[in-house]
Amino acid sequence: MQGAYHKHSLMAESLGAQSIEVRTSEDLAKINGLIIPGGESTVMSKLLTRNRLIEPLRRRALEGMPVFGTCAGMILLAKEVDNFNLPIPGLMDISVHRNAYGRQLESFEAAFTVKGIGEEPVTGIFIRAPKITGYGAGVEVLAEYEDVPVLVRENNFLASSFHPELTGDPRIHALFLSMIS
Amino acid sequence: MTDKVWSSKQESTWKTKVGLAEMLKGGVIMDVVTPEHAKIAEDAGAAAVMALERVPADIRVAGGVARMSDPDMITGIQKVVSIPVMAKCRIGHFVEAQILEALEVDFIDESEVLTPADDRFHVNKRVFKVPFVCGCRDLGEALRRIGEGAAMIRTKGEAGTGDIIEAVRHMRTLQDDMRRIRNLPEEELMTVAKEMGAPYELILEVAQTGKLPVPNFSAGGVATPADAALMMHLGAESVFVGSGIFKSGDPAKRAQAIVQAVTYYNDPKKLAEISRNLGEAMTGIGITQLKESDKLAGRGW
Repeated sequence: MQGAYHKHSLMAESLGAQSIEVRTSEDLAKINGLIIPGGESTVMSKLLTRNRLIEPLRRRALEGMPVFGTCAGMILLAKEVDNFNLPIPGLMDISVHRNAYGRQLESFEAAFTVKGIGEEPVTGIFIRAPKITGYGAGVEVLAEYEDVPVLVRENNFLASSFHPELTGDPRIHALFLSMIS
Repeated sequence: MTDKVWSSKQESTWKTKVGLAEMLKGGVIMDVVTPEHAKIAEDAGAAAVMALERVPADIRVAGGVARMSDPDMITGIQKVVSIPVMAKCRIGHFVEAQILEALEVDFIDESEVLTPADDRFHVNKRVFKVPFVCGCRDLGEALRRIGEGAAMIRTKGEAGTGDIIEAVRHMRTLQDDMRRIRNLPEEELMTVAKEMGAPYELILEVAQTGKLPVPNFSAGGVATPADAALMMHLGAESVFVGSGIFKSGDPAKRAQAIVQAVTYYNDPKKLAEISRNLGEAMTGIGITQLKESDKLAGRGW
Protein backbone atom coordinates (compact mmCIF):
# COMPACT_ATOMS: atom_id res chain seq x y z
CA MET A 1 0.00 0.00 0.00
CA GLN A 2 2.81 2.37 0.91
CA GLY A 3 6.56 1.97 1.27
CA ALA A 4 9.32 -0.15 -0.24
CA TYR A 5 7.01 -2.59 -2.05
CA HIS A 6 8.80 -2.23 -5.37
CA LYS A 7 12.17 -3.41 -4.01
CA HIS A 8 10.52 -6.44 -2.37
CA SER A 9 8.84 -7.37 -5.68
CA LEU A 10 12.16 -7.20 -7.50
CA MET A 11 13.78 -9.44 -4.89
CA ALA A 12 10.94 -12.00 -4.86
CA GLU A 13 10.87 -12.12 -8.64
CA SER A 14 14.64 -12.57 -8.87
CA LEU A 15 14.05 -15.77 -6.88
CA GLY A 16 11.45 -17.02 -9.36
CA ALA A 17 8.31 -16.02 -7.42
CA GLN A 18 5.47 -14.03 -8.96
CA SER A 19 4.42 -10.89 -7.14
CA ILE A 20 1.49 -8.47 -7.17
CA GLU A 21 0.88 -5.28 -5.22
CA VAL A 22 -1.92 -5.86 -2.72
CA ARG A 23 -4.34 -2.94 -2.29
CA THR A 24 -7.78 -4.59 -2.03
CA SER A 25 -9.38 -7.65 -0.45
CA GLU A 26 -9.67 -9.13 -3.96
CA ASP A 27 -5.87 -8.84 -4.25
CA LEU A 28 -5.54 -10.53 -0.85
CA ALA A 29 -7.54 -13.51 -2.09
CA LYS A 30 -5.10 -14.10 -4.96
CA ILE A 31 -1.87 -14.55 -3.01
CA ASN A 32 -0.09 -17.39 -1.18
CA GLY A 33 2.18 -15.23 0.91
CA LEU A 34 2.33 -11.55 1.88
CA ILE A 35 5.21 -9.16 2.45
CA ILE A 36 4.33 -6.03 4.43
CA PRO A 37 7.13 -3.63 3.49
CA GLY A 38 8.88 -0.87 5.35
CA GLY A 39 7.33 2.56 5.06
CA GLU A 40 5.39 4.55 7.62
CA SER A 41 3.38 2.41 10.02
CA THR A 42 0.91 5.25 10.69
CA VAL A 43 0.17 5.54 6.97
CA MET A 44 -0.23 1.80 6.49
CA SER A 45 -2.51 1.46 9.50
CA LYS A 46 -4.70 4.26 8.20
CA LEU A 47 -4.87 2.86 4.68
CA LEU A 48 -5.69 -0.62 6.00
CA THR A 49 -8.40 0.77 8.28
CA ARG A 50 -9.99 3.13 5.76
CA ASN A 51 -10.10 0.45 3.12
CA ARG A 52 -11.32 -2.23 5.56
CA LEU A 53 -8.40 -4.58 5.01
CA ILE A 54 -7.37 -5.42 8.57
CA GLU A 55 -9.93 -8.20 9.06
CA PRO A 56 -9.43 -9.88 5.66
CA LEU A 57 -5.68 -9.77 6.24
CA ARG A 58 -5.99 -11.23 9.74
CA ARG A 59 -8.29 -13.97 8.49
CA ARG A 60 -5.90 -15.12 5.77
CA ALA A 61 -2.95 -14.93 8.14
CA LEU A 62 -4.72 -16.97 10.81
CA GLU A 63 -5.63 -19.56 8.19
CA GLY A 64 -1.90 -20.05 7.79
CA MET A 65 -0.81 -17.74 4.96
CA PRO A 66 2.85 -16.82 5.52
CA VAL A 67 3.42 -13.11 6.21
CA PHE A 68 6.79 -11.32 6.32
CA GLY A 69 6.92 -7.86 7.89
CA THR A 70 9.99 -5.66 7.52
CA CYS A 71 10.46 -2.54 9.66
CA ALA A 72 7.03 -0.82 9.58
CA GLY A 73 5.67 -4.19 8.42
CA MET A 74 7.00 -5.72 11.62
CA ILE A 75 5.19 -3.04 13.64
CA LEU A 76 1.93 -4.04 11.95
CA LEU A 77 2.54 -7.70 12.85
CA ALA A 78 3.35 -7.09 16.51
CA LYS A 79 0.71 -7.64 19.18
CA GLU A 80 2.21 -4.92 21.34
CA VAL A 81 3.53 -1.57 20.10
CA ASP A 82 4.41 1.19 22.53
CA ASN A 83 2.92 4.66 22.06
CA PHE A 84 0.76 3.58 19.18
CA ASN A 85 -2.98 3.27 19.38
CA LEU A 86 -3.93 2.83 15.74
CA PRO A 87 -5.51 -0.45 14.63
CA ILE A 88 -3.10 -3.04 13.22
CA PRO A 89 -3.39 -6.76 12.40
CA GLY A 90 -1.27 -7.66 15.47
CA LEU A 91 -0.45 -11.30 14.81
CA MET A 92 2.92 -12.03 16.44
CA ASP A 93 3.74 -12.43 20.07
CA ILE A 94 6.36 -9.67 20.08
CA SER A 95 6.64 -6.20 21.64
CA VAL A 96 8.03 -3.46 19.48
CA HIS A 97 9.26 0.07 20.17
CA ARG A 98 8.84 2.39 17.16
CA ASN A 99 11.79 4.44 15.86
CA ALA A 100 13.80 3.11 18.81
CA TYR A 101 17.06 3.04 16.86
CA GLY A 102 16.75 6.83 16.43
CA ARG A 103 16.05 9.42 13.77
CA GLN A 104 17.40 9.30 10.23
CA LEU A 105 20.84 10.52 11.37
CA GLU A 106 21.20 7.34 13.44
CA SER A 107 20.16 5.05 10.58
CA PHE A 108 22.90 2.50 9.98
CA GLU A 109 24.19 -0.64 8.30
CA ALA A 110 25.69 -3.56 10.19
CA ALA A 111 26.52 -7.18 9.53
CA PHE A 112 25.39 -10.17 11.62
CA THR A 113 24.80 -13.88 11.21
CA VAL A 114 21.38 -15.40 10.62
CA LYS A 115 20.40 -18.88 11.77
CA GLY A 116 19.73 -21.39 9.02
CA ILE A 117 21.00 -19.47 5.98
CA GLY A 118 24.73 -20.16 6.20
CA GLU A 119 27.68 -18.67 8.06
CA GLU A 120 28.19 -15.72 5.76
CA PRO A 121 26.80 -12.68 7.65
CA VAL A 122 23.99 -10.57 6.16
CA THR A 123 24.16 -6.79 6.05
CA GLY A 124 21.17 -5.30 7.81
CA ILE A 125 20.07 -1.83 6.76
CA PHE A 126 18.28 -0.14 9.66
CA ILE A 127 16.31 3.01 8.81
CA ARG A 128 14.54 4.78 11.66
CA ALA A 129 14.10 1.21 12.71
CA PRO A 130 11.76 -0.33 15.30
CA LYS A 131 13.29 -2.39 18.10
CA ILE A 132 12.01 -5.72 19.41
CA THR A 133 11.74 -5.24 23.17
CA GLY A 134 10.14 -8.55 24.13
CA TYR A 135 8.86 -11.81 22.71
CA GLY A 136 6.83 -14.85 23.75
CA ALA A 137 7.91 -18.46 24.14
CA GLY A 138 6.68 -19.45 20.67
CA VAL A 139 8.94 -16.94 18.96
CA GLU A 140 12.24 -18.12 17.49
CA VAL A 141 15.06 -15.58 17.28
CA LEU A 142 16.88 -16.03 13.97
CA ALA A 143 19.29 -13.11 14.29
CA GLU A 144 20.45 -10.62 16.88
CA TYR A 145 22.37 -7.38 16.72
CA GLU A 146 24.01 -6.06 19.89
CA ASP A 147 22.07 -8.65 21.89
CA VAL A 148 18.70 -7.45 20.56
CA PRO A 149 16.62 -9.69 18.25
CA VAL A 150 16.36 -8.27 14.73
CA LEU A 151 14.86 -11.23 12.82
CA VAL A 152 12.21 -13.45 14.42
CA ARG A 153 9.86 -16.22 13.33
CA GLU A 154 6.64 -17.50 14.85
CA ASN A 155 4.65 -20.18 13.00
CA ASN A 156 3.82 -18.68 9.58
CA PHE A 157 5.13 -15.22 10.45
CA LEU A 158 8.55 -13.69 9.88
CA ALA A 159 9.57 -10.20 10.98
CA SER A 160 12.70 -8.05 10.73
CA SER A 161 13.78 -4.67 12.08
CA PHE A 162 15.99 -4.19 9.04
CA HIS A 163 15.50 -4.05 5.26
CA PRO A 164 16.69 -7.16 3.39
CA GLU A 165 15.08 -5.79 0.19
CA LEU A 166 17.62 -2.94 0.00
CA THR A 167 20.65 -5.24 -0.27
CA GLY A 168 21.72 -7.49 -3.11
CA ASP A 169 21.49 -10.52 -0.80
CA PRO A 170 18.36 -12.62 -1.47
CA ARG A 171 18.81 -15.14 1.36
CA ILE A 172 16.21 -13.70 3.75
CA HIS A 173 13.63 -13.59 0.96
CA ALA A 174 14.55 -17.16 0.01
CA LEU A 175 13.93 -18.13 3.64
CA PHE A 176 10.48 -16.53 3.49
CA LEU A 177 9.65 -18.15 0.15
CA SER A 178 10.57 -21.52 1.67
CA MET A 179 7.89 -20.88 4.33
CA ILE A 180 5.29 -20.52 1.55
CA SER A 181 5.94 -23.79 -0.27
CA MET B 1 22.19 -18.47 20.10
CA THR B 2 25.65 -19.88 20.20
CA ASP B 3 27.42 -17.88 17.56
CA LYS B 4 26.56 -14.23 18.02
CA VAL B 5 28.66 -12.36 15.55
CA TRP B 6 28.12 -8.79 14.50
CA SER B 7 30.01 -5.86 13.07
CA SER B 8 30.10 -2.25 14.22
CA LYS B 9 27.52 0.26 12.97
CA GLN B 10 28.10 2.30 9.86
CA GLU B 11 25.83 5.30 10.15
CA SER B 12 24.37 7.51 7.43
CA THR B 13 25.58 5.43 4.49
CA TRP B 14 24.36 6.04 0.95
CA LYS B 15 22.09 2.98 1.31
CA THR B 16 20.42 4.32 4.45
CA LYS B 17 19.88 7.68 2.74
CA VAL B 18 18.32 6.27 -0.42
CA GLY B 19 16.60 3.68 1.77
CA LEU B 20 14.59 6.33 3.60
CA ALA B 21 13.47 7.70 0.24
CA GLU B 22 12.39 4.15 -0.70
CA MET B 23 10.27 4.01 2.46
CA LEU B 24 8.40 7.14 1.41
CA LYS B 25 7.26 5.63 -1.89
CA GLY B 26 3.55 5.45 -2.55
CA GLY B 27 3.08 8.17 0.03
CA VAL B 28 2.33 11.87 0.28
CA ILE B 29 4.68 14.47 1.74
CA MET B 30 2.81 17.52 2.98
CA ASP B 31 3.95 21.11 3.59
CA VAL B 32 3.07 22.27 7.10
CA VAL B 33 3.69 25.56 8.86
CA THR B 34 2.63 24.78 12.44
CA PRO B 35 2.61 21.76 14.78
CA GLU B 36 -1.21 21.76 14.44
CA HIS B 37 -0.91 21.41 10.67
CA ALA B 38 1.67 18.66 11.15
CA LYS B 39 -0.72 16.72 13.34
CA ILE B 40 -3.54 17.11 10.80
CA ALA B 41 -1.18 15.88 8.08
CA GLU B 42 -0.04 12.87 10.11
CA ASP B 43 -3.62 11.97 11.03
CA ALA B 44 -4.60 12.19 7.37
CA GLY B 45 -1.87 9.68 6.49
CA ALA B 46 1.08 11.80 5.33
CA ALA B 47 4.25 9.72 4.91
CA ALA B 48 6.33 12.75 5.94
CA VAL B 49 5.90 16.47 6.54
CA MET B 50 7.88 19.40 5.19
CA ALA B 51 8.27 22.03 7.90
CA LEU B 52 8.39 25.57 6.53
CA GLU B 53 7.48 29.07 7.57
CA ARG B 54 5.07 29.79 4.73
CA VAL B 55 3.57 27.53 2.08
CA PRO B 56 4.71 28.47 -1.44
CA ALA B 57 1.42 30.25 -2.27
CA ASP B 58 2.02 32.61 0.67
CA ILE B 59 5.68 33.06 -0.24
CA ARG B 60 4.45 34.37 -3.62
CA VAL B 61 2.10 36.82 -1.94
CA ALA B 62 4.60 37.98 0.66
CA GLY B 63 7.44 38.51 -1.81
CA GLY B 64 10.86 39.44 -0.41
CA VAL B 65 13.47 36.89 0.55
CA ALA B 66 12.32 33.41 1.59
CA ARG B 67 14.74 31.66 3.96
CA MET B 68 15.13 28.55 6.12
CA SER B 69 12.51 28.25 8.87
CA ASP B 70 12.99 29.16 12.51
CA PRO B 71 14.56 26.15 14.30
CA ASP B 72 12.01 26.54 17.07
CA MET B 73 9.18 25.92 14.65
CA ILE B 74 10.93 22.85 13.20
CA THR B 75 11.59 21.43 16.66
CA GLY B 76 7.95 22.06 17.59
CA ILE B 77 6.84 19.96 14.65
CA GLN B 78 9.36 17.19 15.39
CA LYS B 79 7.86 16.92 18.87
CA VAL B 80 4.30 16.27 17.75
CA VAL B 81 4.71 13.76 14.92
CA SER B 82 6.40 10.35 14.60
CA ILE B 83 6.71 10.44 10.80
CA PRO B 84 9.86 11.88 9.15
CA VAL B 85 10.22 15.67 9.26
CA MET B 86 11.84 17.43 6.31
CA ALA B 87 12.88 21.07 6.04
CA LYS B 88 14.07 23.38 3.28
CA CYS B 89 17.32 25.25 2.85
CA ARG B 90 18.12 27.79 0.16
CA ILE B 91 19.97 26.63 -2.94
CA GLY B 92 23.70 26.71 -2.17
CA HIS B 93 23.21 27.75 1.46
CA PHE B 94 25.27 25.04 3.12
CA VAL B 95 25.17 26.74 6.52
CA GLU B 96 21.37 26.55 6.59
CA ALA B 97 21.82 22.88 5.69
CA GLN B 98 24.30 22.41 8.55
CA ILE B 99 21.80 23.99 10.94
CA LEU B 100 19.04 21.68 9.71
CA GLU B 101 21.34 18.70 10.17
CA ALA B 102 22.12 19.86 13.71
CA LEU B 103 18.36 19.91 14.34
CA GLU B 104 18.30 16.26 13.22
CA VAL B 105 15.70 16.71 10.50
CA ASP B 106 15.21 13.50 8.52
CA PHE B 107 15.58 15.01 5.03
CA ILE B 108 16.73 18.40 3.68
CA ASP B 109 15.08 19.87 0.60
CA GLU B 110 17.51 22.20 -1.15
CA SER B 111 14.66 24.07 -2.68
CA GLU B 112 13.95 26.56 -5.44
CA VAL B 113 10.90 27.66 -3.43
CA LEU B 114 13.24 29.61 -1.17
CA THR B 115 15.32 32.45 -2.54
CA PRO B 116 18.64 31.02 -3.84
CA ALA B 117 21.74 31.93 -1.84
CA ASP B 118 24.19 31.06 -4.59
CA ASP B 119 23.70 31.81 -8.27
CA ARG B 120 26.18 29.16 -9.49
CA PHE B 121 26.66 26.34 -7.01
CA HIS B 122 24.48 23.96 -5.07
CA VAL B 123 25.30 22.46 -1.67
CA ASN B 124 27.83 19.61 -1.71
CA LYS B 125 25.37 17.11 -0.32
CA ARG B 126 27.87 14.24 -0.12
CA VAL B 127 29.52 15.63 2.99
CA PHE B 128 26.27 15.63 4.98
CA LYS B 129 24.96 12.74 7.05
CA VAL B 130 21.36 13.72 6.49
CA PRO B 131 19.89 12.85 3.07
CA PHE B 132 18.85 15.55 0.58
CA VAL B 133 16.07 15.90 -1.95
CA CYS B 134 16.39 18.33 -4.87
CA GLY B 135 14.15 19.52 -7.66
CA CYS B 136 14.67 19.01 -11.37
CA ARG B 137 13.03 19.85 -14.70
CA ASP B 138 14.87 17.33 -16.84
CA LEU B 139 17.33 14.45 -16.68
CA GLY B 140 20.46 16.59 -16.81
CA GLU B 141 19.39 18.61 -13.78
CA ALA B 142 18.36 15.43 -11.90
CA LEU B 143 21.74 13.79 -12.51
CA ARG B 144 23.69 16.91 -11.55
CA ARG B 145 21.90 16.91 -8.20
CA ILE B 146 22.45 13.16 -7.72
CA GLY B 147 26.09 13.73 -8.62
CA GLU B 148 26.25 16.29 -5.79
CA GLY B 149 24.79 13.68 -3.43
CA ALA B 150 20.98 14.01 -3.52
CA ALA B 151 19.31 10.77 -2.36
CA MET B 152 15.91 11.67 -3.79
CA ILE B 153 14.75 13.71 -6.77
CA ARG B 154 11.47 15.50 -7.23
CA THR B 155 10.32 17.14 -10.39
CA LYS B 156 9.81 20.83 -9.65
CA GLY B 157 6.49 21.79 -11.15
CA GLU B 158 5.57 25.38 -10.29
CA ALA B 159 5.09 25.58 -6.53
CA GLY B 160 2.28 27.60 -5.03
CA THR B 161 0.17 27.81 -8.18
CA GLY B 162 -2.19 24.84 -7.89
CA ASP B 163 -1.65 24.46 -11.65
CA ILE B 164 -0.40 20.97 -12.52
CA ILE B 165 0.87 21.74 -16.02
CA GLU B 166 4.50 22.40 -15.07
CA ALA B 167 4.70 19.25 -12.92
CA VAL B 168 3.43 17.27 -15.91
CA ARG B 169 5.86 18.97 -18.25
CA HIS B 170 8.86 18.27 -16.01
CA MET B 171 7.89 14.65 -15.35
CA ARG B 172 7.27 13.98 -19.05
CA THR B 173 10.56 15.62 -19.99
CA LEU B 174 12.46 13.55 -17.43
CA GLN B 175 10.83 10.28 -18.52
CA ASP B 176 11.31 11.16 -22.16
CA ASP B 177 15.03 11.91 -21.62
CA MET B 178 15.44 8.51 -19.92
CA ARG B 179 13.62 6.63 -22.67
CA ARG B 180 15.71 8.36 -25.29
CA ILE B 181 19.13 7.54 -23.84
CA ARG B 182 18.03 3.95 -23.19
CA ASN B 183 17.93 3.46 -26.94
CA LEU B 184 21.19 5.17 -27.83
CA PRO B 185 24.39 3.31 -28.72
CA GLU B 186 27.05 3.66 -26.06
CA GLU B 187 29.38 5.76 -28.21
CA GLU B 188 26.78 8.56 -28.25
CA LEU B 189 26.42 8.77 -24.50
CA MET B 190 29.46 10.95 -23.80
CA THR B 191 28.11 13.63 -26.10
CA VAL B 192 24.70 13.30 -24.47
CA ALA B 193 26.35 13.75 -21.07
CA LYS B 194 28.05 16.89 -22.37
CA GLU B 195 24.85 18.28 -23.85
CA MET B 196 22.77 17.55 -20.77
CA GLY B 197 25.50 18.74 -18.42
CA ALA B 198 25.24 15.47 -16.49
CA PRO B 199 27.92 13.19 -15.01
CA TYR B 200 28.91 10.55 -17.58
CA GLU B 201 28.83 7.62 -15.13
CA LEU B 202 25.25 8.43 -14.16
CA ILE B 203 24.23 8.76 -17.82
CA LEU B 204 25.69 5.27 -18.39
CA GLU B 205 23.73 3.93 -15.43
CA VAL B 206 20.44 5.41 -16.62
CA ALA B 207 21.08 4.10 -20.14
CA GLN B 208 21.46 0.61 -18.70
CA THR B 209 18.63 0.60 -16.14
CA GLY B 210 16.15 2.99 -17.75
CA LYS B 211 15.51 4.71 -14.43
CA LEU B 212 17.06 7.16 -12.00
CA PRO B 213 19.46 5.69 -9.43
CA VAL B 214 17.33 7.24 -6.63
CA PRO B 215 13.57 7.49 -6.06
CA ASN B 216 11.76 10.04 -8.17
CA PHE B 217 8.87 11.99 -6.66
CA SER B 218 6.69 14.78 -8.00
CA ALA B 219 6.06 18.28 -6.64
CA GLY B 220 4.68 21.69 -7.50
CA GLY B 221 1.05 22.30 -8.41
CA VAL B 222 -0.81 19.28 -6.99
CA ALA B 223 -4.22 20.50 -5.74
CA THR B 224 -6.61 17.55 -6.13
CA PRO B 225 -6.62 13.74 -5.72
CA ALA B 226 -6.83 13.49 -9.51
CA ASP B 227 -3.67 15.62 -9.86
CA ALA B 228 -1.82 13.28 -7.49
CA ALA B 229 -3.04 10.18 -9.38
CA LEU B 230 -2.03 11.78 -12.69
CA MET B 231 1.54 12.26 -11.46
CA MET B 232 1.69 8.63 -10.27
CA HIS B 233 0.61 7.48 -13.75
CA LEU B 234 3.33 9.61 -15.32
CA GLY B 235 6.02 7.91 -13.24
CA ALA B 236 6.13 9.68 -9.88
CA GLU B 237 6.80 7.28 -7.02
CA SER B 238 5.35 9.65 -4.41
CA VAL B 239 3.86 13.12 -4.34
CA PHE B 240 4.73 16.33 -2.49
CA VAL B 241 1.76 18.59 -1.79
CA GLY B 242 2.49 22.11 -0.70
CA SER B 243 -0.14 24.81 -0.78
CA GLY B 244 -2.76 22.42 -2.21
CA ILE B 245 -3.84 21.16 1.21
CA PHE B 246 -3.73 24.01 3.66
CA LYS B 247 -4.91 26.57 1.09
CA SER B 248 -8.08 24.53 0.45
CA GLY B 249 -11.47 24.71 2.15
CA ASP B 250 -11.17 21.51 4.20
CA PRO B 251 -7.50 20.56 4.66
CA ALA B 252 -8.02 17.37 6.72
CA LYS B 253 -10.45 15.90 4.24
CA ARG B 254 -8.43 16.88 1.19
CA ALA B 255 -5.21 15.57 2.72
CA GLN B 256 -6.84 12.22 3.40
CA ALA B 257 -8.25 12.09 -0.13
CA ILE B 258 -4.87 12.78 -1.72
CA VAL B 259 -3.29 9.99 0.37
CA GLN B 260 -5.99 7.59 -0.85
CA ALA B 261 -5.55 8.77 -4.44
CA VAL B 262 -1.83 7.95 -4.43
CA THR B 263 -2.59 4.40 -3.25
CA TYR B 264 -5.48 3.86 -5.69
CA TYR B 265 -4.22 5.99 -8.59
CA ASN B 266 -4.96 3.13 -10.98
CA ASP B 267 -8.58 2.63 -9.91
CA PRO B 268 -10.89 5.28 -11.47
CA LYS B 269 -13.99 4.08 -9.58
CA LYS B 270 -12.22 4.46 -6.31
CA LEU B 271 -10.85 7.85 -7.40
CA ALA B 272 -14.39 9.00 -8.13
CA GLU B 273 -15.39 8.12 -4.57
CA ILE B 274 -12.27 9.73 -3.16
CA SER B 275 -12.88 12.99 -5.07
CA ARG B 276 -16.43 13.54 -3.80
CA ASN B 277 -17.33 16.49 -1.56
CA LEU B 278 -13.90 17.78 -0.72
CA GLY B 279 -14.95 21.41 -0.49
CA GLU B 280 -13.14 24.23 -2.22
CA ALA B 281 -9.77 23.45 -3.86
CA MET B 282 -7.10 26.16 -3.64
CA THR B 283 -7.91 28.99 -6.02
CA GLY B 284 -4.52 28.91 -7.64
CA ILE B 285 -2.83 30.93 -10.33
CA GLY B 286 -2.86 29.76 -13.94
CA ILE B 287 0.69 29.40 -15.18
CA THR B 288 -0.03 31.72 -18.13
CA GLN B 289 -0.90 34.53 -15.70
CA LEU B 290 2.51 34.26 -14.13
CA LYS B 291 5.33 36.55 -15.20
CA GLU B 292 8.50 34.75 -16.26
CA SER B 293 10.38 36.42 -13.39
CA ASP B 294 7.85 35.08 -10.87
CA LYS B 295 8.42 31.45 -11.84
CA LEU B 296 10.37 29.49 -9.26
CA ALA B 297 11.28 26.45 -11.35
CA GLY B 298 14.03 28.30 -13.23
CA ARG B 299 16.07 28.51 -10.03
CA GLY B 300 18.73 25.80 -9.88
CA TRP B 301 21.84 25.43 -11.98
